[in-house]
Amino acid sequence: MSNHTKQSPAPAGPDRITALDTRLISTDKTLASVPKGRTGAARVLLGRDAIMIYALIVFVLYASIAIPRFATPVTVGFLLLDVIPVLLIAMPMTLVIITGEIDLSVASIAGLTSALMGVLWAAGLPIEVVLVVCVVAGVAAGAFNGFLIAVVGLPSLAVTIGTLALYRGLALVVIGDNAIANFPPELTAFFTSKLGGTGIPTMMIPVAVVALFFGVLLHLTPFGRGLYALGFSTEAATFVGIRVARAKFWLYVGTGTVSALAGIFWTLRYSSARSDNATGLELTVIAAVLLGGVSIFGGKGSIPGVIAGVLLIGTINFSLRLERISDVVLIIVTGTLLIASVVTPNVYAAIKAWRQSRRLHNTLPQVPASGATNATASGVPERK
Amino acid sequence: MTIAPTVPPGQSERTDGARSGRLGALLRLRELPVTLALIALVVITTIANPLFLSPQGMKDLLLNATIVMILAVGQALVIITRNVDLSVGSILGLVAFGTGTLFANVPGIPIVVVFVVGMLLGAFLGAINGILVTVAKVPALVITLGTLYIYRGINNSWAGGTQYFAGDRPEAFGSLSVDTVFGFPLITLIAVVVIAIVAIYLNGVRAGRDLYAIGSDPDAALLFGIPVSRRVLLAFLFNGVLAGLAGVLYASRFNSVGATTGTGLELSVVAAAVVGGVAISGGSGSVVGAAIGALLLTTITSALTAVRVDKFWQQAIVGMLILSAVIIDRIASVRTARKLRISEARDV
Repeated sequence: MSNHTKQSPAPAGPDRITALDTRLISTDKTLASVPKGRTGAARVLLGRDAIMIYALIVFVLYASIAIPRFATPVTVGFLLLDVIPVLLIAMPMTLVIITGEIDLSVASIAGLTSALMGVLWAAGLPIEVVLVVCVVAGVAAGAFNGFLIAVVGLPSLAVTIGTLALYRGLALVVIGDNAIANFPPELTAFFTSKLGGTGIPTMMIPVAVVALFFGVLLHLTPFGRGLYALGFSTEAATFVGIRVARAKFWLYVGTGTVSALAGIFWTLRYSSARSDNATGLELTVIAAVLLGGVSIFGGKGSIPGVIAGVLLIGTINFSLRLERISDVVLIIVTGTLLIASVVTPNVYAAIKAWRQSRRLHNTLPQVPASGATNATASGVPERK
Repeated sequence: MTIAPTVPPGQSERTDGARSGRLGALLRLRELPVTLALIALVVITTIANPLFLSPQGMKDLLLNATIVMILAVGQALVIITRNVDLSVGSILGLVAFGTGTLFANVPGIPIVVVFVVGMLLGAFLGAINGILVTVAKVPALVITLGTLYIYRGINNSWAGGTQYFAGDRPEAFGSLSVDTVFGFPLITLIAVVVIAIVAIYLNGVRAGRDLYAIGSDPDAALLFGIPVSRRVLLAFLFNGVLAGLAGVLYASRFNSVGATTGTGLELSVVAAAVVGGVAISGGSGSVVGAAIGALLLTTITSALTAVRVDKFWQQAIVGMLILSAVIIDRIASVRTARKLRISEARDV
């Protein structure tokens, strides 16, 4: 194949199946006509999401075999209870990051809800009213973010750093140094209860509903598909008729609401309302979302991938903890996974481009040097 | 984004021609809102509580601000190139613990050597960030979020439960943050010298000016022939050096250093830079502004205590300040854009 220099047009249609054929075609044709990326089943089975899911499955299998206490209902229960707040907030965060924005205030909103919940409950309000007020507070906090970012047009990173401090500060104003713990025992017991003997927490059902909601919203509705366009180019999205400001506003309302739910869960799971609940959770969530294959530039990512990413981090951490590796050291794993997951595709792409350029040099010796250079340049996958 | 508001008044007069006077240039200075806010805060607090500006009060104020000031200056360098470094808190923690370890295990080590080692360690950690950002072409937010965890994890596994206390360190080192010259603590003077050097570098040296060009438009900077990767790497490395310096000073200032030293500092540092007029989208702002921003944020804490406002309000007020800084920045840039459009229309 190395001396194959005949310049034949690529056979069109479905008869380019074998690997050899494809390779010959890709050297013969102009680079522009090579199909970009995979299509059909290969796209789903070899995509970034699928790889995350394979990694998760492989790791769970490995842990079940290698770690004695791993495959037990108790482990499953604690693992999932630990993962729920991150998993919840990661869902709307995926949508926000896909539009190319970010929300750093999520953990503070959870803390604010937790503080509100404690104070209102201590003031003697019925628990139903308390829960409703907390969710409304989350909606309001998210709407404030959304107003500043979508309507006023301020950069989301700066705004949400500001509201990160503001909402956490309001949590302090609301509850101060106090901790309120006397929530109704049947409610806190419900929040940590398991489904029969499986070890899966009952709370996974509402979490699954939230995940399903955001999954359907992102992947199966015009609104969700529009978010990808928005992430690629705000101008283009505007021109195809997507209401950019409105979409962004509602996404921040979404993160606010779900953060409030996570705050309520946090409070009842640990049966303690404090102003510093969920501190620092925003970075854990963002790390998990990015590990799940969402591009920080926007326009790329999916809910299944993110769920796999969240669960992978949770499982690795939990199994290392079972191996008696200290919790605080484990954040090295999170960091390394995060960096590896974003650096590897780029390194892979660079190696592919380099190999392609070498192959072009070998197979097309008669092409003048300048032509080869051009081909190399266009062979480098363009990064957004 | 325009860099016009960041140049000193004299220069701006030359570039803008006769249309804007010295006063106009002064009014457009990005540092102006934050400086005014700081002055107003100090004046109001002093009226309410005259003890606020007593020598001891001043000293406490400056001591509290010093470390965040140095970090904010480093962060400003990185943000100006349209990047961000979230790992500074972890770098500071590692260096502070390293400083404690050095003093405890190498008796009689000269203090200067400790400073150099700390800054070299910071430079190394910063360079790792820079290399990952420039070579792998991954956004800084992601890379430094990763190294935030990795550096912190290394610190945790290195330190374990160990803590080093002030007693483990030589007295001369601790007195750096006790002794004063004309009412200024020594570590604050070190910080001021560092800020001055970085400010001169950023305003007067070509490589420093390049950072603004890179932040305004990386592609244009590349076309213009600026070695973008090298400059960005340098900004991260400098930021690491400054975080290292802050780490050593932290060990001097505070009683104990351990596994969790500096946790959560990164967002207050970014906030200080933003409050100081460094636009998060890159290309504008100054290190002096960032330092004043840091001073303002720490002063608020002391001021609220001085006027006996409930201490729980403090963080909420910091949040509102950050939001107002972002809004002021937006208003300023909209006005500059309008002015530029008008002046261009005149020239045509």
